[in-house]
Amino acid sequence: MIYASVKELSQALAAKQISSVELTGLFLDRIERLNPEINAFVTVDRQKSLKMAADADARIAAGQAGPLTGVPIAQKDIFCAEGWLTTCGSKMLSNFVSPYDATVIRKMHAEAGLVSLGKTNMDEFAMGSSNETSFFGPVRNPWDRERVPGGSSGGSAAAIAARLAPAATGTDTGGSIRQPAALCNLTGLKPTYGLVSRYGMIAFASSLDQGGPMAASAEDCALLLNTMVGFDERDSTSLDRPAEDYARDLEKPLAGLRIGLPKEFFGEGCDAEVMAAVQAAIQEYEKLGATCVEVSLPNSHLSVPAYYVIAPAEASSNLSRFDGVRYGYRAPEYGNLDDMYMKTRAQAFGAEVKRRILIGAYVLSHGYYDAYYLQAQRIRRLIANDFVEAFKACDVILGPTSPSTAFKIGEKAADPVQMYLSDIYTIAVNLAGLPGMSLPCGFAGGLPVGMQLIGNYFDEARLLNVAHRYQMATDWHQRRPDGLA
Amino acid sequence: MSLSLEQVQRIAHLARIEVSESEALTTQGHLNGIFQLIEQMQAVDTQGVEPMSHAQDVSQRLREDAVTEADRRAAFQAVAPETEAGLYLVPKVIE
Repeated sequence: MIYASVKELSQALAAKQISSVELTGLFLDRIERLNPEINAFVTVDRQKSLKMAADADARIAAGQAGPLTGVPIAQKDIFCAEGWLTTCGSKMLSNFVSPYDATVIRKMHAEAGLVSLGKTNMDEFAMGSSNETSFFGPVRNPWDRERVPGGSSGGSAAAIAARLAPAATGTDTGGSIRQPAALCNLTGLKPTYGLVSRYGMIAFASSLDQGGPMAASAEDCALLLNTMVGFDERDSTSLDRPAEDYARDLEKPLAGLRIGLPKEFFGEGCDAEVMAAVQAAIQEYEKLGATCVEVSLPNSHLSVPAYYVIAPAEASSNLSRFDGVRYGYRAPEYGNLDDMYMKTRAQAFGAEVKRRILIGAYVLSHGYYDAYYLQAQRIRRLIANDFVEAFKACDVILGPTSPSTAFKIGEKAADPVQMYLSDIYTIAVNLAGLPGMSLPCGFAGGLPVGMQLIGNYFDEARLLNVAHRYQMATDWHQRRPDGLA
Repeated sequence: MSLSLEQVQRIAHLARIEVSESEALTTQGHLNGIFQLIEQMQAVDTQGVEPMSHAQDVSQRLREDAVTEADRRAAFQAVAPETEAGLYLVPKVIE
């Protein structure tokens, strides 16, 4: 059962082959045993989880279950969950027990009946690509404990890879679902901006943040996405669209599919072994009936610079709410009000969060706004337009997710710019607001390699179809790390 | 472009983050590295390009001006560092 897919678990629960309490207990035991060496979970609450599982069992017994009722899942600690410690990986919120549920939490648990196994570790306020910026310490990659799991949803990724959970939520502002999925041999999807409510999802960069599912397969991601999407009047950017079943097209044959290969993603800067795995995946797709065309995203090299203006600008505004007045940490000693703010924020934000707030404060400050912030927004438009052009010639875009496999803990920690460049292939997707996925496509030096699929707006069902057909023909996504009995 | 130590201290104050002199020095190095990356933008001619502030071209919704939320003040203030009589306490602002 530990290695069963979300779909298999839902079937076993519906057939009453196992109860949710039993299943949840299996995963909780495993978390208790293995989490100390992986550090994937920040908060586990056996009683709460088992209570949710018992409620799910009652719903199943009463014939009121949804497709995923009783399936256990891990929640990224960026989602506020009532009565649960919700830290966002920060000392600032290390004492914050949320008084309310994020919409994603409400939809997945109260409505769909999924069971929470706990809250997963993450880069502080989702700012990072390695999970090293967490106040609660680095997460270890189950494929190699000396290496990072990626970030910022690194705890969610490591939890699934070590099979401490069958699936998890993540959030993706510049690659935070896709890059850890790639580094931990998982499938993860960042939906079109606006599909998944941001209410109660602690804000980093509001025009880019988007929640999404992480699991072992595209099929599981489709089932999870069905429970996450939906209009929410509490999120001013939530899109009001007819509901759809994201699993409806999974089995569709790929004959006639046009895959765009951006030449900018296949040039220098990517590890050769990673590239070889991605090239092999392209050949597999051709065998499945797809045709490949070269496309161009001529401004994609500007995505990292533009992102590191826009995201910090939004972050500096969003994180101004952490002032030691209404919730979270307050410095123990201070003088006047200003001093209280200054000391509280100095003591409770980590170095990377401070750096981004300072960048944001600078680019928004008088005299620099036009040169930085407006220029970045204009470049954002150019990047989004590149995709519009590219999608005239293809249905999906394919390339590497990350330029390298998982790097060593500490390897890039001293140089922020090197860390930022690990998101070089993922950031443009957030700037444009498009859906993107990562799925396993091979190994390099024993470490997982992920390929990225990018779709047009609202084309999640097709992306999942394209990923699922590949996973029917290959078994990369079923490979497991050694040493995790 | 490079930031002076004085500028680092100024933006730290704008952001209400106290930085010591040694922190400011390290931060200065990091920020200048990041701004070197950001500077790549300046070579791009964006004249006539409409700034894109948002991924979806939609306008803000309006709703009825009516109370929709229940009173949960006690629950929300329970997580505050210091409250009294329904108010958040901060150091005295007006003498």
